[in-house]
Amino acid sequence: MNGTHLYLLWPLAIVVIMLLVEGLYCIFMTYNLIRLLIGVELLIKAATLMLVTAGYVTGQMALAQALVVTLIVIEVVFIVVATGVVIGFHRHTGSLDVRDTRNLKG
Amino acid sequence: MVSFFILVPFLCVLLLNLPWGNLARRLALWVGLGLTAGQAAVSACALAGWIDLRAIPVSPFFKYDLALDTLSIVLLLCSALVFGVALLLSRPLVSQGEQRFNFVCLLLLMLAGTNAVALVRDVFSLYVFIEAVSIVSFILISFNKDQDAFEGAFKYIVLSSMATVLMVLSISLLVLVAGTTSFDGVRAAVAASRHAGVVLGAIGLFLCGLFIKGGLMPFHGWLPDAYTCALNPVSVCLAGIGTKAVGVYTLIRLAYFVFGIDAAVSQAFLLVGAFSIVAGSLAALNQTDYKRLLAYSSISQVGYIILGLGAGTGLGLAAAAFHFFNHAVFKTLLFVNAGALEQKTGLRDMRKLGGLSARMPLTGFSSLIGALSAAGVPPLSGFWSKLLIIIALIGAGYHGYALVAVLASVLTLAYMLAWQRNIFFGPLAAGLENIEEAGWEISGSALLLAVILIGVGIAFPLYLCKLIW
Amino acid sequence: MQANLVINVIILMALIGAGLWAIMTRSLIRSAIALALTSSVLTMVMFRFNSWLAAVFELSVCAGLISVVFISTISLTEPLSPQEVLKHMRDRLARFAFLPILILVVGFALSLLKVSYNLPLPPAALEQDARNVLWYGRELDLLGQVIILISGVFGVIILFRQMRRRS
Repeated sequence: MNGTHLYLLWPLAIVVIMLLVEGLYCIFMTYNLIRLLIGVELLIKAATLMLVTAGYVTGQMALAQALVVTLIVIEVVFIVVATGVVIGFHRHTGSLDVRDTRNLKG
Repeated sequence: MVSFFILVPFLCVLLLNLPWGNLARRLALWVGLGLTAGQAAVSACALAGWIDLRAIPVSPFFKYDLALDTLSIVLLLCSALVFGVALLLSRPLVSQGEQRFNFVCLLLLMLAGTNAVALVRDVFSLYVFIEAVSIVSFILISFNKDQDAFEGAFKYIVLSSMATVLMVLSISLLVLVAGTTSFDGVRAAVAASRHAGVVLGAIGLFLCGLFIKGGLMPFHGWLPDAYTCALNPVSVCLAGIGTKAVGVYTLIRLAYFVFGIDAAVSQAFLLVGAFSIVAGSLAALNQTDYKRLLAYSSISQVGYIILGLGAGTGLGLAAAAFHFFNHAVFKTLLFVNAGALEQKTGLRDMRKLGGLSARMPLTGFSSLIGALSAAGVPPLSGFWSKLLIIIALIGAGYHGYALVAVLASVLTLAYMLAWQRNIFFGPLAAGLENIEEAGWEISGSALLLAVILIGVGIAFPLYLCKLIW
Repeated sequence: MQANLVINVIILMALIGAGLWAIMTRSLIRSAIALALTSSVLTMVMFRFNSWLAAVFELSVCAGLISVVFISTISLTEPLSPQEVLKHMRDRLARFAFLPILILVVGFALSLLKVSYNLPLPPAALEQDARNVLWYGRELDLLGQVIILISGVFGVIILFRQMRRRS
C-alpha cells in the first residue's frame, strides 16, 4: 500500500537538482539585482517541489501541504522585504548593478 | 505557561499598534524594557532553581507543543539581557517618535521569535522561527537607510536565502525518512538508519544551512558588512543574540538532542570551529575600523563555541553553553562601547583615536573588562569558559585542536589589547579634547554588563568548589 | 498509463523550460512573467499530486502576488539608458549561453545513475486533510506565520515610506 509511488522519487529529485542548478547559476552570473532575486525564487521553488515529492512518496500529503503553505507565506514576506532593500539601494546609487555593491571591503 | 514567552511580546506589539494616539508612542520603550527585565528575572530564577516554570498551571488554551530545559533557559536569559540593553540604547541613538516606535515593535517581534526558537520541539517550526528572526534582522539592518546598510542587508539576504533552501531541502529529506518533523520522530528515525546516504545528506544540508546563518567560516561573507553598517542598537542585537540564537543555539540543540554527535558530525564541528577561530582572529588583527574588528572577533568567538561542541562530551556541551552566555555578555558590552564612541566622537577609524580613557572613564573601564574577558584573562568569566572548552577537548582526545584554541587565545589577546590601546590608552589624539562621557543609558548598561562579567567570573570557581565538596 | 507518463514528462520539462526562460530572457518584465509561468507549472505538478490546498496557494500567492511585487519593483526603479542596455547585451549571451547545455548535461548524467531508495518508508498518515493538520496540529507554524506577516508590514512601512517623501 505504502511505497506505490516510490518510483517517482528519483526522477523528481533530478528535476529538483536541475532547478537548483538553474537558480545557483542565475545568482552567480547575473549583474542585475532583481534577476538575482528571481534566481533566489527559483531555488525556493525547487525546495517546495522537493517537499511535495517527499510528502507524496511517503503518503504524508497532508503534512507536506501544511509545510508548503507556511513556506509560501514566508517566501512572500521575504521577497517583499528583499525588493524593499533593492529599491532603497537604487534610490541611493541609481543603479541595479551587483558590481556596485562592492563598496565594503576587507 | 511556557508559551507566554512567545505570546506576551507578540500581544504587546499588537496592543501597542491599536489607535491609542500618542500615548502608545511614548509608552512603547518602557513596555519593552519591562518585558525584557521581567523575562531576565524569571529566567535567572529558573536557572538558579528557585522556581519551576513547568509546574505552573495554565488553561489548555495556551498549551502548545513547547518544552523548556536548561539550555533553553540560558538562551531566554541571554536574549532578555541583550534585547533589554538594545532597547535602552535606542533611547539616545534612535530618534524619538515614529522611528523609535517602529524600532521597539521590531525588537519585540524579534524577542518573540528568539524565545520561540528556544522553546520549539519540531524541526519545521524551528525553521519558521529562524526565518522570523532573520526577516526582522533584514529590516533592522536597513533601518537607517544608508547605502552601506542596504548593501550589508542585501548580502545577508542572499546568503540567508541559500541557508533557507538548504534547510528546507533537509526537512523534506527528513519527512521522507521519518514521516514527521517533530524532534522525537526525527531522533528515532535518524538513530535507526544512521549510515544511510539520505540521512547523512539531510544532516549535512541542515548543518550547512545553520553554519551560514551563524556566520561561521567559510560562510561568513555577510557578517562583517551587516554588523558594521547597521545602527548601533541593531549591531548589539545581532552580535549579542541574533546570529547566535538562530545559528549556534540551533546547532547545539540539533546536534546534541536530535541528530546525535558521532564521528563525522564531530569532525565537521572541530574543523569549522578551528578554521573560524584562526581566520577570524587573523582578520581582526588587520582591521582599522573598530566595529569591523568586533565583527571578526564575533566570528572567532563563535568558533570557540563550535569547537567546544565538537568535543562531543557532556563537558563540551556545558562549556559551549557557558561560553555562549559569556560571549553574549562581553560582545554586547564591547558593541555598547563602540556605540558610545561612535556617538560621541563620530569617528570609526582606530588610528585617529587615542587616549580617551581620561575623557570617557566609564567607557574605558568597562571596555577593558570586556576586552580581557574576550581574551580569556582570569578572574573574568571568559577565562573559565575557555578553560572548560580546552579541558573538554583534551578529555575527548583532541589535543591538536586544544593547542589551536590556546594559541588562538594569544591572538585574541593581541587584537583586544590593540583595540584597547589604540582607542583608550596613550596620549589624547588631536581634535578629541571636548569629548565627554556617553549618556546614562549607554554607560549604565556597559557598567551593568561589566559587573555581570566580574560577578560570574568570581562566583564560578566558588560554585565549582561547592559542587565538588 | 502511457498518457499519464507523457503528461508528467511534458509538465516537468515545461517547469525546467520556464525557469530557463526566466533566467535567459533580456527584459526584466519578461523575466518576472516567466517566473509567474514557472509557479503556474509548479501548481500543475501539485495538482497531479492531489495536493489542491498547496496548489491553490502557490497559484494565487506566488504566481499572483510575487509577480505583482516584482513588476512594481521593476517599474519603481528607472530603466537603463539605451547605451547601457547595449553594453549589457554584448556580454550577456557569453555568460548565459552555457546554462541550457549545463542543464541538459546534468539531467542526462543524473538519469544514468541508478539510485535505489532502500530505507523503510514511514507509515502513511491517518489524517488526510491538510486543513486539519494545519489548524489543529501545527498551531506554532500559524503563530510564526502571523509574526512574520506583522514584521513584513513593519518592513513595508519602514522601507517603502521614503518613496513618497523623496519623490
